[in-house]
Amino acid sequence: MSEYQKYYVPDQSKWPIIATFGLGTTLFGAATIMVDGGQGGSTSSGWMIFTVGLLLMAYMIFGWFGSVVRESRAGLHSPQMDRSFRWGMSWFIFSEIMFFAAFFGALFYARVFAVPWLGGEGDRGSSNMLWEGFQATWPLINTPDPSLYPAPKGIIGPWGLPLINTILLVSSSFTITVAHHALKAGSRKKLKLWLGATIVLALAFVGFQAEEYMHAYQELNLTLQSGIYGSTFFMLTGFHGAHVILGTIMLTVMLIRISKGHFSADNHFGFEAAAWYWHFVDVVWLMLFVFVYVI
Amino acid sequence: MSTVADAHTSEHSLGQNHDHHGPAKGWTRWLFTTNHKDIGTMYLIFSFGMFLLGGTMAMVIRAELFQPGLQIVQPEFFNQITTMHGLIMVFGAVMPAFVGLANWMLPLMIGAPDMALPRMNNWSFWLLPCSFLILVSTLFMDGGGPNFGWTFYAPLSTTYGPPSTTYFIFALHIAGASSIMGAINVISTILNMRAPGMTLMKMPLFVWTWLITAFLLLAVMPVLAGVLTMMLMDINFGTSFFDASGGGDPVLFQHIFWFFGHPEVYIMILPAFGAISHIVPAFSRKPLFGHASMVYATCAIALLSFLVWAHHMFTVGIPVAGQLFFMYATLLIAVPTGVKVFNWVATMFRGSMTFEAPMLFAIAFIILFTVGGFSGLMLAIAPADFQYHDTYFVVAHFHYVLVPGAIFGIFASAYFWLPKWTGYMYDETLAKTHFWLSFVGMNLAFFPMHFLGLAGMPRRIPDYALQFADFNMVSSIGAFLFGATQLLFLFIVVKCARGGGEPAAANPWDGAEGLEWTVPSPAPYHTFSTPPEVR
Repeated sequence: MSEYQKYYVPDQSKWPIIATFGLGTTLFGAATIMVDGGQGGSTSSGWMIFTVGLLLMAYMIFGWFGSVVRESRAGLHSPQMDRSFRWGMSWFIFSEIMFFAAFFGALFYARVFAVPWLGGEGDRGSSNMLWEGFQATWPLINTPDPSLYPAPKGIIGPWGLPLINTILLVSSSFTITVAHHALKAGSRKKLKLWLGATIVLALAFVGFQAEEYMHAYQELNLTLQSGIYGSTFFMLTGFHGAHVILGTIMLTVMLIRISKGHFSADNHFGFEAAAWYWHFVDVVWLMLFVFVYVI
Repeated sequence: MSTVADAHTSEHSLGQNHDHHGPAKGWTRWLFTTNHKDIGTMYLIFSFGMFLLGGTMAMVIRAELFQPGLQIVQPEFFNQITTMHGLIMVFGAVMPAFVGLANWMLPLMIGAPDMALPRMNNWSFWLLPCSFLILVSTLFMDGGGPNFGWTFYAPLSTTYGPPSTTYFIFALHIAGASSIMGAINVISTILNMRAPGMTLMKMPLFVWTWLITAFLLLAVMPVLAGVLTMMLMDINFGTSFFDASGGGDPVLFQHIFWFFGHPEVYIMILPAFGAISHIVPAFSRKPLFGHASMVYATCAIALLSFLVWAHHMFTVGIPVAGQLFFMYATLLIAVPTGVKVFNWVATMFRGSMTFEAPMLFAIAFIILFTVGGFSGLMLAIAPADFQYHDTYFVVAHFHYVLVPGAIFGIFASAYFWLPKWTGYMYDETLAKTHFWLSFVGMNLAFFPMHFLGLAGMPRRIPDYALQFADFNMVSSIGAFLFGATQLLFLFIVVKCARGGGEPAAANPWDGAEGLEWTVPSPAPYHTFSTPPEVR
């Protein structure tokens, strides 16, 4: 048993309870904004609660991750601990996949079942009598009740910005892999260069996505309110975009840590976790590109 | 062995060498703890508090249903209290109780010093009080709390729900985040922290069932988060996921919800299966019959649980091919479940059995869970379900699998492991009284509901036709008996925890086996800092 290194069990920590107050306050504030706003009231108290929550969360994230980084650099993390982090991150990404699966499921259900049924096809085609004469098409350009859900004038074609974004994200998966190899080979300069390139590609993606949204809202009248097509389009691409932003923040933190001299050729799980997350975001985009834009 | 605990760069300069000290002093011990035993205790206390709160709501429901007509509460409030009862029992009582048992027992059973990610473990716990504070506070908001049943079907919850629905959504998001982090912790602990020599097939069954449960949680809690988010967007941001006038479909809600909801019911029962698989051999003084087949049966149940969700929706108008598929897939689950029941019975066969409180609860579990399983088979048959759907027969069915299933499983586990937790034996006479009163009360409360449902009494209503009066009165009396009896359980546990019993040996049960019985009772604050060898 001389090989055995003790598993590091941290002593008391204040971060979980701060995180609890932070998350609870943030979400309570968000709900208050939505409910008060929905009733036409003032949302200022909601915004105040929400902001306090966000500040608590930011403080917690810096503090908690900061202490984990310090512990790692102090050599407290045994190889077994490293495996715990690896399992933890893998299963976290699995749960993220299942979150997206719910939205993809909604998209497939709407396309394959709900919309054709409303148009009079299949087992539940009788639901066509609700809005007689409704023609089922996909993309759904005409909603069953346009007074409630005004139809979009058009949709985003796949071969413009989405194709560029696909190229950007796929290349970023390559650049991060090159950066990873550079880290393992110990060439820090190359590492910084390629990681920086990944972040630039990520930011370009986010920028193009914002441009696409503005185009959709301002010119195409394609919004969250324009029926199931707009709902699934914006929720899927929106959640993906949020994940891209989160991933970009992770990569930026890694770049800062690297420029401070963190990580070694054989011990750099923080970097690997960010890279895994980045690949996950990339794969989700490929699914989006195929099922939301192309098909 | 290299020591690593003396690094000064860590944030925890307040703690000295963590190997040699006990719990911190004062109330911050509970707020800041990273100890799996402390966190397990908090989970168990929290879940029992929620059990009493949800139980009180059940008492209000049964008091209203004692006689036909409106006596005590208004229909609007009845709907809210019914919804809250379900949500609190599922997310606040049963699930946290099993997470509490997992926290306490998994590291002891696999010979680990703690859970894999101790700080996140504490966060998982503290999110629950936060979530339920928000959830229960909705009852006091304008327009009242959620009133659409624990399944929160759209459009009842979206178009017609009260304004507080948005708070309800975020409360469940927080509870879901807690579950996901708890599951990540459990799964990482089991996969990474086992003592040398403990191969997967040597793992105790409680560990196995929790491994599968954690997988189910990770697969479906995000789906719940997804459907909640769609609701949130439909309510507040004008999307039309569940509104047919925009091309969506309310039935889509049910599909996504039950894709979460059906594995969820196995999440609430699999850990109980595991615990029963420890208790039955211990009091039969025989090894468990068919350890490997138990493992495979658990895996089979978990996999099938993803393929049966639409059996909750036979009457909403799904295509016939779908009804047939989901009917046969559901009936198939009886096979692995039958394997389990057979193995428990075969374990008892020719054992030298004694009937202490854990064993009484375990045997009642096996018999009554099987009753619940049989009514489940009846409900699984699509044409028959058209008759039973949304009647008290359904209420009887799921209370038979949840009360003598999940809840009795938790009671059995609590009595079985109380000596290990507290260092004292509980009062056996009182515990047996608790069992028999619970057993009688629970059957009196829920068995008549089968007849009520078959006769056509719909669920979730505050009033009913006169012909249902007698059975409802019996049911209410049983419910009051069952409810009051749980105060006795509280008394037994408090008495035991305060040292009002015989001191317990490291292994107080003749036939109990496993690493958890090799450490002293009560288990020291830190156990297995150096892993044991498993042969």
